[in-house]
Amino acid sequence: MKKYFTDIFSGIWNLLKGMKITGKVLVSPAVTECYPEKRDELQPKERFRAELTMPHNENNEHKCTACGICAMNCPNQTITVNKSKITDENGKSKIVLDQYLYDLGSCIFCGLCSRVCPQGAIEFTNNFEHAVYTRSKLIKQLNKPGSKKVEVAKPVAPAAKPASAPAQQEKEAAPKQENENNQ
Amino acid sequence: MSLELIDGINKIHTLLTDNIEATWVSLIEYVLVGLGFLTLYALIALFLIIFERKICAYFQCRLGPNRVGPWGIFQVIADMVKILTKEIIPLKHNDKLLYYAAPFIVIMGSLLTFGGLQFAEGVYGVDFNVGVFYLLAVSSISIIGVMLAGWSSNNKYSLIGAMRSGAQVISFELSACLSMMAIVILGGSMNLSALMAAQEDAWFIFQSPFTWVALVIYLIAAHAETNRGPFDLPEAESELTAGYHVEYSGITFGFFYVAEYCNLFINAAIGTLVFLGGWQALHIPGCEGFNAVMDAIPSYIWMFGKTLVLIFLSLWVRWTFPRLRIDQLLHLEWKIMLPFSLANILLMAIWVIYFK
Repeated sequence: MKKYFTDIFSGIWNLLKGMKITGKVLVSPAVTECYPEKRDELQPKERFRAELTMPHNENNEHKCTACGICAMNCPNQTITVNKSKITDENGKSKIVLDQYLYDLGSCIFCGLCSRVCPQGAIEFTNNFEHAVYTRSKLIKQLNKPGSKKVEVAKPVAPAAKPASAPAQQEKEAAPKQENENNQ
Repeated sequence: MSLELIDGINKIHTLLTDNIEATWVSLIEYVLVGLGFLTLYALIALFLIIFERKICAYFQCRLGPNRVGPWGIFQVIADMVKILTKEIIPLKHNDKLLYYAAPFIVIMGSLLTFGGLQFAEGVYGVDFNVGVFYLLAVSSISIIGVMLAGWSSNNKYSLIGAMRSGAQVISFELSACLSMMAIVILGGSMNLSALMAAQEDAWFIFQSPFTWVALVIYLIAAHAETNRGPFDLPEAESELTAGYHVEYSGITFGFFYVAEYCNLFINAAIGTLVFLGGWQALHIPGCEGFNAVMDAIPSYIWMFGKTLVLIFLSLWVRWTFPRLRIDQLLHLEWKIMLPFSLANILLMAIWVIYFK
């Protein structure tokens, strides 16, 4: 009998606690972003994956070694890495990237490609306005014309980097380690 | 406004009686009153639909409809026009007569209840000595429509939905009625006008502590009768697609939809009239200045304001709690709310004898 009443009143108390939580949500501001109206003020979250890009530095150089791990990891065969073998001036043969093709139309934005990239050469950006008139325009070449791989072998001016550089390296190291664990 | 409205109605009445015979006058007036109630019914449903959509959005950190008109207030008009243009899909192998009659019975049940409500001081359809009883009786006619809809659709989902709805509404009707009987004991009458008069100095919730118990029981039971919120298992989307109205489309579905929202209003309005003083202003005995300020607010604002508060409470509950199972639902009614409301009647009777 005692349990009957304690159950009822603890039940009511718990229901009121639930209503308190939803009441707090009611008065908190909405998370909806009004898209066409506030287009200029939109601030997508940093981790939002909208479009794959290959960052180039000011010398039109990228970090891609054309290893193709990204293409292997892609569940949809969205990425095509066209590479060719060349012989450099020292007589060493090496593989260079010709075309890095990314089909936005079949991308599921899982982020596996940028996660597994050993060089950190590709990353997702927040540009989500993808609408085009033909599907062929969705296939994008990510390496800019005339670009080449950045020469990491010769650290010419390491002092030029500001203090934020180590932090960035740590960030990049974390996914790499996970990647090794996966393999 | 209510007095001006009554003046206007009296003017129309004298205009008609001066020119036409008495029987025709009554006929014309019935039609006019009916039209007025239908318009009010539709407007309240439209308002409640947009109100619920906005409130539900805010409960989920969204904005809700915001494209059609300012704050999306015309969205519901657009939806209404859309539903009017949709095809009523005929079914094979079903009971045609019952299938098409069911939405009208549902609408009729809630529209009849509208006639018994009081919307402001002196604004009501009918007022007679068994007003509360009438409201309780006709508001449960809708369940016949629901059961017919479920049966005549010849569909297992709608049949299960209708059976669940029947079990639920008939069970919770008991608690709703018994909790209102406690108020009838306190007010000493079933006549709504007499109940209103009894609440002039203090609303019933300020007259007895047992009114609060009755109010909570009534709100839960009324909420369950509307088939909404945690009690929406007759139309549980994940199990029954849409429950009893799964085979309805176009305006026949629209009738169920409108009736659902109007039942929400009706339940809140009955709760307001019986527990929260209806259109009576908030009076504190002895504070003449305060009472005068409160009286300056028109009675229809009191009525609709209090109703809106109860509706908001109902929406809050709806968008907070997960759905009950049928055994939990019946446990809640038969093992918890029914004993409580019976005990409440007894305690209320003792209170009325010794303290009033």
